[in-house]
This record gives sequence, C-alpha cells and structure tokens, in this order.
Amino acid sequence: MNIHIPTPLRSFTSGAETVAVPGATVAEVFTNLTTQFPELQQQLFNTEGKLRSFVNVYLNDEDLRYLPSKEATTVATTDELTIIPSIAGGACPTGESASRKDSCCSCCPLL
Amino acid sequence: MLHIHYIDYEAVRAHGEETYPHECCGVLLGKSDSGGNHVRQIVRAGNTRTDSAHNRYNIAPQELVKIQRQARGLGLDIVGFYHSHPDHPAQWSPTDFAEAHWIGCSYVITAVEKGKAAITNSFLLNGTSEEDKKFEDQAVEIDVKAIEIDSAEPISQQKGQA
Repeated sequence: MNIHIPTPLRSFTSGAETVAVPGATVAEVFTNLTTQFPELQQQLFNTEGKLRSFVNVYLNDEDLRYLPSKEATTVATTDELTIIPSIAGGACPTGESASRKDSCCSCCPLL
Repeated sequence: MLHIHYIDYEAVRAHGEETYPHECCGVLLGKSDSGGNHVRQIVRAGNTRTDSAHNRYNIAPQELVKIQRQARGLGLDIVGFYHSHPDHPAQWSPTDFAEAHWIGCSYVITAVEKGKAAITNSFLLNGTSEEDKKFEDQAVEIDVKAIEIDSAEPISQQKGQA
C-alpha cells in the first residue's frame, strides 16, 4: 500500500513523498516502513512503541485512532495511509491567570 | 527565507482581521529549496478550538489530510502554516512551540491589534527531531510583481519587530 509522507519526514525517506510498503495490517505496514526507513521509528513512535501523540494516521479518510481494530486493521494494496503531524498553537494566555513568573513567553513582558 | 507573493501575504493578514477577536489559521502550499520556502498558494483552515478561539488554534487533522491531498494534486507541498495573535505580539508563544511539529516549515504569525493586522513575522521550525527543534526568526520576502510574470523579482524584504 502507499504511504503519504509529510514534508518534515521526507528527509528520512530519501525525499520520497509517497512510499509503497507491503503489509496485511496497519501494524505490519508500519513495521515494514520503519525497517525500510529506520530513522522514522524515533520520529513516529515513542520509547514504548506507541505512536507519538502529535502523529495522526489516516487510513484513506479514517482516523486510525477511531477504527475498531486500530493498528490491527487489515489493509488492501489499494488503501492509502497518510501520516500527518498535528498543527495547533496560539497566543499566550492573558489576564489575571497569567503571571510573569510561570506561564508566559518573552513576547509578554507586561504579564 | 520565506518567499510569498504580496496577494497571498495580504490574504493571510486579511484572514486575521476577519476572524478577530479569534485566531485564524491556514496552510501555506509551495515548494522548498536551498533558498527557503516559496509559497504558491494559501489555504484557509477552520479553527477547531472554539472553546478558546481568542488565544488558541487547531486545524483538524482530517482537514490537513485534505489539504495535503490538494497540494499533491497541484504538485506542491505543505511548506508552512499561518495563524493570528489577536491583540498580542507576532511572536511565537510556548504553546506555538509545543504544538509545532513540522520541522522545516514556516510558521507565520500576524498580530491583529483591535481588528487591524499589524506586524507579520515568520519563524522557521529548525532541527532534526522533537528533541532538538527550535524556532528561528525567518526573513520574509514579499513579491509584488504580477503572478503571471514568471521572472518576478522580489523588491522588498520585511521583518517586523513586535
């Protein structure tokens, strides 16, 4: 099956945007992926072997986290897996709850 | 360096004004090379942090998947993201840093003061992994030539001070 690699991880796949990896389940595909590209292991998984919290994986249009069998979900060669790191953030908290000492950043000198 | 056409640059800033007092967010599509990230198209995204939209943003992963698919269809890559800081400086916050995972991408922040876009800054997320990532100030080169002209020559560089 094809796995779509996001831009920050392409340096670990020799620049490949899409890689074809065999496997009968999502877990097998990931094992084969990290065997083929060992540096992806640390990028995608924590020391316990779980997907890092900010790494989203979609099997076609379905979030892997919400599939009943999760990583044990069987896949077909025509399926596509997309790895997509999360994107979020935002300005510092303002108001009385924020203090100069504990919570904010260099951009908030008056807090 | 971040290279962006004036039209896209202004669209990013206008998005921040439209969503004020809430944060806007979106994706920068383009190409990267040794000269930096070159924006070819911006894509607006929805801010799913409706619980705290005045100082937080989040793009739904499902929407990101669609945008990445769109980029692939155009022969482009995701080269960055943008969001606004309503009544707050155009500097990255601890939350911005903690939630930044796209190494090599540009993170553009526009300060929107009382509804008007003020300073826009860009920060490059550099490093090789989560463990050594860091934000670096990134110069912004704004191209003002007509988009149809292939040999557009940048005439200005801007780096705001918050």
